[in-house]
Amino acid sequence: MITFSLNGDSVSFKGDPNTPLLWVIRDDFKLKGSKFGCGAGLCGACTMHLDGAAIKTCVLPVAAAANKKVTTIEGLGNPEALHPLQAAWVKHNVPQCGYCQSGQIMAAAALIADKPDASSDDIDQAMSGNICRCGCYPRIKAAIASVADNSQSYDATAVEATS
Amino acid sequence: MSGQSLSRRHFLKTSGMVGGGIVVAVALPGCAFNGPHPIEVTDAGFIPNAFLQIAPDNKITFYCPSDEMGQGIRTGLATIIGEELDVDPANMLVQAAGSHEDYNNPEFRVQGTGGSNAVRVFYQPLRQVGADTRALLLNAAALDLGIPSEQLLTDDGFIVAGDRRYPYGDFVDTASSLEMPVATSLKAPSNFQYIGADAPRVDALAKATGTASFGIDTDLPGMVYAVVVRPPVAGSKALKFDDSAARIAPGVLDIVAVSSGIAVVAERYWQAHQAAKKLTVDWEKRPLSSVTSTQVRQDLSAALEANDDTESSHVGDPEKAFAEADRILETDYYAPFLAHAPMEPLNATLRITENGADLWTGVQFVGAAQGVLERLTGLPRGDIKIHNQFLGGGFGRRATLSHIVEVAEIAMSIDKPVQLLWSREDDLRHGFYRPAAMMKIKAAADNEGRITAWQARRSGANITAQTMKNALPGVLPSLPTGLLNGLVGAMDYVFDNWAVDASSVEGLHETYSLPSYRVSHASVDHGLPTTFWRSVGHSYTSFAVESMMDELAEARQIDPVALRLKNLEDKPRMKNVVAQAGRLMAAMTVPENHHLGFAAHSSFGTDVAQIAQVSVTDGNIRVHKVTCVVDCGLAVNPDIVRAQLEGAVMFALTATLYGQIDLDDGAVVQSNFHNYPILRMNESPAVDVVIINSQTPPTGIGEPGVPPLAPAVANAVYRATGQRLRDLPLKLA
Repeated sequence: MITFSLNGDSVSFKGDPNTPLLWVIRDDFKLKGSKFGCGAGLCGACTMHLDGAAIKTCVLPVAAAANKKVTTIEGLGNPEALHPLQAAWVKHNVPQCGYCQSGQIMAAAALIADKPDASSDDIDQAMSGNICRCGCYPRIKAAIASVADNSQSYDATAVEATS
Repeated sequence: MSGQSLSRRHFLKTSGMVGGGIVVAVALPGCAFNGPHPIEVTDAGFIPNAFLQIAPDNKITFYCPSDEMGQGIRTGLATIIGEELDVDPANMLVQAAGSHEDYNNPEFRVQGTGGSNAVRVFYQPLRQVGADTRALLLNAAALDLGIPSEQLLTDDGFIVAGDRRYPYGDFVDTASSLEMPVATSLKAPSNFQYIGADAPRVDALAKATGTASFGIDTDLPGMVYAVVVRPPVAGSKALKFDDSAARIAPGVLDIVAVSSGIAVVAERYWQAHQAAKKLTVDWEKRPLSSVTSTQVRQDLSAALEANDDTESSHVGDPEKAFAEADRILETDYYAPFLAHAPMEPLNATLRITENGADLWTGVQFVGAAQGVLERLTGLPRGDIKIHNQFLGGGFGRRATLSHIVEVAEIAMSIDKPVQLLWSREDDLRHGFYRPAAMMKIKAAADNEGRITAWQARRSGANITAQTMKNALPGVLPSLPTGLLNGLVGAMDYVFDNWAVDASSVEGLHETYSLPSYRVSHASVDHGLPTTFWRSVGHSYTSFAVESMMDELAEARQIDPVALRLKNLEDKPRMKNVVAQAGRLMAAMTVPENHHLGFAAHSSFGTDVAQIAQVSVTDGNIRVHKVTCVVDCGLAVNPDIVRAQLEGAVMFALTATLYGQIDLDDGAVVQSNFHNYPILRMNESPAVDVVIINSQTPPTGIGEPGVPPLAPAVANAVYRATGQRLRDLPLKLA
């Protein structure tokens, strides 16, 4: 049996310890916010925090989470109590299909926790493991930058319509 | 197959539920709703039509007939109906519509989303629904309040009488007893308050908090999970298979042969995924089994050399014009097969009970999904409900029914709700693809840059024929299988012999005013399934046409933008777009080692020009910035228009720099994001979008940003290096 902390609650898993953490969280603990994208640690849709570090859970055996703290998008914030990044995501109209966004936000949250004043290069570096097929990158970057430095805020109307 | 499946089929047949469909009353949008309707009454709500429910507590729900796959359609259509209903879209609850013919796409005549048409085709009908419903509420309020309706106003879900405000919900009882007004006059665009304004997406909060529900998030009591082992070569059948090791793997419940392969069903997804590796299958050889990418390219070239094309369209006498030309360019351009790779791998969850079937999935053609379930289960259409979820990307991939057919075949063999899930490897190796295309463009321009003759020829697989083969069983659920197969065969014959599939050649001449042209097509189909891929034929034709425009400009020593303007005399809207983009380009100052490339293309009723700012270092192409000028008519939500252009640039840049599906012995080589790379943030350019201010009805926006990008980058690479790259993806020698 593997015991770990899931969004602050102690939980136990009795199945195959090689099962990737992603599937334990989704199919056994029924938290569906973390997504399956590639099963190979290449796209980041499954990103969660393990003791605060962003980690791709589609290739992480649940055994590796034993006695550690797992945080998912559901533990980061919720519609009534948003994490500042989630608020920035809404403000910047970031999501398109939205499927990758939980993973994007979890990767960004780990960056911001580590480097509250993350630079543009820091953001590129930290986010390069997360694919967005819809191509929301300019807005993801602007949303993170707005939290990293509240003096920089993305202005969606910066390029005005002209006739 | 298990005994359970036989008994289920027996039950379906003996209970007289095979074939046919129930007659469902058609309610015209905006008319008071009579008869069976697709909306479940919640909170004692009033349902004036198929699109709205207004509850006494003033909760106003909009049932969106188009599928949300990222393009922002729930926000867009909520804005359109909300404008005339006078409710801020942010204050509506927006839900996916159920499966019902009232939600048919007015152009497709089946419930579905594609071709960038949703805002265009629903713009007028949904405004009318909103206006008629608002008029009904005003009539009800006039009766209840004893005030003539002319003295009442509305504001964001409230009836306003002097300084008093009454929620719409106060009047739903009375409204439900009144006749729905028809043909209520619509607002003048100058009075719009929601249409044309930047506003938040209605789904942004759910998608930023992990609470938006996608098909893969469906979780039913007693649900089991399935994966399918498919043949390496598309369409191969299993000759024999050994499932002895897989059957005893942990959690495995059953192993079932389905038409596309062998399904492994287990208590958990991971168990099914692991057990599937233990299957050994002998697959039959097909003609495709010996095909390589090199051969595809050679065959497409040979087809054009054979000069046996079928004409698609012509104007004037291009042969005569070529004979009179003093200089002719003739060049081949090539684009490979591509996969869609939506972030959410295909999945579907199906529950069949004696009362009917319920499907939870993400699909672009709800109507066809319902039809194919009708065909496969034998249940009456009215007993089949599609619960379409948010689509984790579509791009055309979810316009196909492969996941629906598979889950139906599995669910009919297993007496439990089943969730089918494709892996990323399944997605890339067993999909439907953007077909490869060889294009030969022959063009002559006079010394002022005016094109005098144009010939555009394309060889490759037909897109529509293959897509329709996949969709027909669902679109025509009552057609017996024999006739269906006959129709599919006839379609192949027609497209191979005398008709040209419009999607396969779209974009080869339409952007410009050409005094003489001929467009023709040679069908070459190696048997790899193909379908629509964001911007469809335009995704490759624009590369050929817009590269040739720069080649002509160079041959005549004319500025590329000036040459384009010379050939847009009858296309005032595109001429304005090109002129504006040209002015922006002329004013740009870029670092010494950066180069600009230009392209423009019309598709889905929308005109787009793009300027790519590119540098080349050690053979690596880097795109730093893309400036887009777009005329899509009235921009219902300008910020979503900008987002679609930004996203289209990224999507197209992936195809321009990396996109390539290869075949080896008929099998797709690429398997995951390590060898089918997708552009990442550290490679992504800045994007500026200029929206032409327009009051004309809206046109498409989901796709038109894709086509100009590849040629804009190729034209910039030529300026940077002197190398004219005519193959996608772009690779420097």
